Amino acid sequence: MRTILIGLGALALVAGPAGAQTAVKIGFVDTFSGPTAVIGNDMRDAFELALDHLGHKMGGLPVEVVYEDDQQKPEVGKQKTEKVLQSDRVNFITGYIWSNVLLASLKPAVDAQTFIISANAGPSQIAGQLCSPWFFSTSWQNDQTPQAMGEYLNQKAIKTLFLIGPNYAAGKDMLAGVKASFKGQVIGEEYTKWPDQLDFSAELSKARAARPEAVFIFYPGAAGVQFITQYAQAGLKGQIPLYTAFVIDALSLPLMKELALGVPGAQEWVNDLPNDANKKFVADFRAKYHRYPSFYGAQAYDAANLINSAVVAVKGDLANKDAMRDEMRKANYASVRGPYRYGNNHFPIESFYLQEAVKDPDGNLTLKTVATILKDNQDLFHDKCPMKW
Amino acid sequence: MLLLLEQCLNGLQFGLLLFLLAAGLTLVFGIMDLVNLAHGSLYMMGAYFAASFSALTGSFVAGAVLALGATLLLGIALEVVALRKLYGRDHLDQVLGTFGLILFFNELVRLVWGPAGLSVALPDWLNRPVELLPGVFYPAYRLAIITVALVVAAALYLTVMRTRLGMLIRAGASNREMVGALGIDIRLLYTLVFGLGAALAGLAGLMEAPILTVQIGMGENILILAFVVIVIGGIGSIRGAFLSAIFVGLVDTVGRAFLPDLLRLVLSPAAASTAAPALSSMLIYLLMATVLVVRPEGLFPVGGR
Repeated sequence: MRTILIGLGALALVAGPAGAQTAVKIGFVDTFSGPTAVIGNDMRDAFELALDHLGHKMGGLPVEVVYEDDQQKPEVGKQKTEKVLQSDRVNFITGYIWSNVLLASLKPAVDAQTFIISANAGPSQIAGQLCSPWFFSTSWQNDQTPQAMGEYLNQKAIKTLFLIGPNYAAGKDMLAGVKASFKGQVIGEEYTKWPDQLDFSAELSKARAARPEAVFIFYPGAAGVQFITQYAQAGLKGQIPLYTAFVIDALSLPLMKELALGVPGAQEWVNDLPNDANKKFVADFRAKYHRYPSFYGAQAYDAANLINSAVVAVKGDLANKDAMRDEMRKANYASVRGPYRYGNNHFPIESFYLQEAVKDPDGNLTLKTVATILKDNQDLFHDKCPMKW
Repeated sequence: MLLLLEQCLNGLQFGLLLFLLAAGLTLVFGIMDLVNLAHGSLYMMGAYFAASFSALTGSFVAGAVLALGATLLLGIALEVVALRKLYGRDHLDQVLGTFGLILFFNELVRLVWGPAGLSVALPDWLNRPVELLPGVFYPAYRLAIITVALVVAAALYLTVMRTRLGMLIRAGASNREMVGALGIDIRLLYTLVFGLGAALAGLAGLMEAPILTVQIGMGENILILAFVVIVIGGIGSIRGAFLSAIFVGLVDTVGRAFLPDLLRLVLSPAAASTAAPALSSMLIYLLMATVLVVRPEGLFPVGGR
């Protein structure tokens, strides 16, 4: 009897669906070297935690992840994307902190008909005319977060605003986002060289001379720390209130320390959002890595779960791409930001919160949700996307 | 008008910082004929030492002094252990060897200090603005950088031009065999010069540390500018490095500040705000190209070569 059972088991293994794969292969293209490697590492840690939670299996198949370093350079990111597509033959690609890297990497993935899931970057082009059935976002469209900040500036009755940001795809989207919702007057707009300009003395002097009621900045990574430090050294911190997007997060906060207190930021995810998935994510992340996760990590964690939902829906039949797309369009998984929907361009329709730096009971600096600024917000570019479903 | 004054101060401060970096580079390149790409790593090490020592002692000034000594020793050790072997080789070997050192130092920092970067806190008396003229505020710390760099520049000039050590350095630059034949220990002299260059790079790094985040690879971008400075100034010339560093600092900062407004007069605002940062970051390279065409030996070449 036992032999027969074993024999049947072996037959069942051999006679799996024709052409089925033996593993889910995921390419993870992100920045793992240079000054912004700390962001890529946070995303990898969160992605690994998600795989731990899934038991390193999706739809019964084991998961293999290929991590590749884009060095924060579009040309390198494109090469690495082509590498995981052609030599690793991955089923999904995710990662992508930087909009310029994602813009360069989109076409190879779309041409190879492989799902590319941005866990951070959200350039306006991909939300609009470049939108694709092969692209999904677990983050936001670049303009949305600053748009929330612009809305908050209206609530604070700010009349004049000075904008400073880096001169690349996301920098332009971000400043455009504030301008889209801010009702007062923008009296100055400065773009700095990216990513190598780190001294903002010239821009700070101009901001002071323009006498705005508030200054808005977008500087991800270490550049934000430098900006906040120099803002305080120039004595502007007490004079002109600073409003931010993607400056103060769990990664930059330990470097900014007290300078970040009282500086508002907007985000679609904060570590204290009260849903169960988030509580589990934050608690387990802190237990495993002994620090708070950042929103970058939260988006990477969601990316793993979005991919899992698709693979589970087709029961591991990775060739059934249309069914996987249909499933992902439902966003049918427990996102750590709470439930959200997808727009026609595969960008989330989601809420944005006002966050502030506070001290936790152990004396560590962390971020806290203060208010909901925008509820169920959809990006401004979805009309330009011809995709309908 | 007041804004222009403030931007000139910004440019001066940036230029003086470039000078500290370029002075060491030009000494080593001009006198020892060594292309040292790892000069930026010494700048980075200065910043990391300052971050660690000031956290340890609780005082930024004490941390800075200790960090200066530590980079000096590190520079001397580096010369004795690694660079001495490269003097006789051609420039390509030196570039490869010192590029390897950049990778070595970046990994070393990653192992010792971790990938995240550090911040350096300033004491309160430096961490505030000073009112220079009525209505013109300027960060006290940036004024301190200007003062320290000017003092160091003057001391360096006097050392090279007025002391016996400086005489030997200049003699070594003109004819190293003859200096050796006269009974001077040229190896010791080279070690000292390299240590001095390292300490200057470390000083630049530790002074930048409170403005910028201390991070891996921080020396690489600024090293390119330092090379631009010594090419414009004339290789081996301290005076040339000083004047061209200030020139480059002013062109870069003032260009960045006013080019967008100038372009807006002729272009649409959207086009101007895109073109201006790109153009202003090209300015100093255009400047270097012009100098290379008009005076290939630099603006202030060392005489007698």
